[in-house]
Amino acid sequence: MSTPETKGSSGVGSSANGSSAERSWPLWEVFVRGKRGLSHVHVGSLHAPDAVMALRNGRDVYTRRQEGVSLWVVKSSDITASSPDERDSFFDPAADKVYRHPTFYDVPEDVEYL
Amino acid sequence: MYGNDFIDPDEPLNAAESGAIDEAVTAAAAALAQRSKSGSAFDALLAADQRIEPRDEMPDAYRQTLVRQIAQHAHSEIIGMQPEGNWISRAPSLRRKAILMAKVQDEAGHGLYLYSAAETLGVDRGQLLDMLHSGRQKYSSIFNYPTLTWADNGAIGWLVDGAAIMNQVPLCRCSYGPYARAMIRVCKEESFHQRQGFEILWTLSRGTQAQKDMAQDAVNRWWWPSLMMFGPPDTGEAATTGGHTAQSMAWGIKRFSNDDLRQKFVDMTVPQAHKLGLTLPDPDLRFNRERGHWDFGAIDWSELWRVLKGDGACNAERIEHRLAAHNEGAWVREAANAYAAKQERSQQPEFVA
Repeated sequence: MSTPETKGSSGVGSSANGSSAERSWPLWEVFVRGKRGLSHVHVGSLHAPDAVMALRNGRDVYTRRQEGVSLWVVKSSDITASSPDERDSFFDPAADKVYRHPTFYDVPEDVEYL
Repeated sequence: MYGNDFIDPDEPLNAAESGAIDEAVTAAAAALAQRSKSGSAFDALLAADQRIEPRDEMPDAYRQTLVRQIAQHAHSEIIGMQPEGNWISRAPSLRRKAILMAKVQDEAGHGLYLYSAAETLGVDRGQLLDMLHSGRQKYSSIFNYPTLTWADNGAIGWLVDGAAIMNQVPLCRCSYGPYARAMIRVCKEESFHQRQGFEILWTLSRGTQAQKDMAQDAVNRWWWPSLMMFGPPDTGEAATTGGHTAQSMAWGIKRFSNDDLRQKFVDMTVPQAHKLGLTLPDPDLRFNRERGHWDFGAIDWSELWRVLKGDGACNAERIEHRLAAHNEGAWVREAANAYAAKQERSQQPEFVA
């Protein structure tokens, strides 16, 4: 289950036994809608030469047991991700605002529907 | 059914989905506190039992260990297609044939999940396949044994997949996120593999004498190799003689020792064998009331090392078959490439709604 965080490494020498053709295939991230009413969720990744093959292979690999009613494939290289190096500062603004959670507030226990 | 460590695959994988936000906040705070103490984000995450994700900092040795282990695991899945694939054309009924095909397809899928997990560590699947083909990386020795009769398909499902599940369930909690997530999918799908194997033996063991004998013969041949699947002893005295167990446990890659998992497997399997009316080929097998576990006889480790080094019945055949399948499929991959290139020239991409 790859995430877009690692780009497929390149520069590996091609071999005589035919795996070279596959190496040029881009990486696709696969998202499945489990059932109506749910959003698409990332389930994994695969290599495929084009979007149509990525969809078909995604179906065969990730929905063999009717796990989905809809499938997205997205080229990993098209995803922009936040950097783990900046994780702390990037998410800092939310760290000191516990009052955004309902449990922050002191209310009497015997008040209903609150 | 396979042990108490099974993570419900339907359980949401992150706190935002589960609403267990308080728990997550506490854990994150603990990790942060630990980090300022030890200075290493990696150690802090491990200490807080949090998952390591692909772009996180990690020691090279951790990365290398994972690449080796995940690659070997992936290789085992795709080589593991062969012993049973061998029986698809000779399955005794359409029902059995459909089941066997589904199982072999699952193994291919499991290989793909695992190669994808390995790729998040910066290696390339093509490169890993080359290492398999040239013998520089191994697959599980169990697949170097031949499938001589139909009953072997039962013994493989029941014993080999049973042992694999015992090994794989704790890996659902492995510290490396992509590996753990792949294992959750694998374990979920694997459970039918073990049950269909048991069902094959259950059917044979209630059949004619010849069928019973066939089932017994298969169990006789697969029992000891299944016990070897857990790896060499790594507790007691053996714990001090090297091996990777201690380090892997410190890294949260491994959760139980080889010996503990083997014992759990024996304890689970003996009553099932009784139910089948089949004998496990070990005269020393008896219940130890003091320990509350089944004692079993000494394992012939020289056999494992011999098979691992290439002297199994099917080592050469497995790699030859794998290479042939790969090379004979080259034209399909090339055609897919050519088609993709042609489409790209002639079409604007369509967008999905």
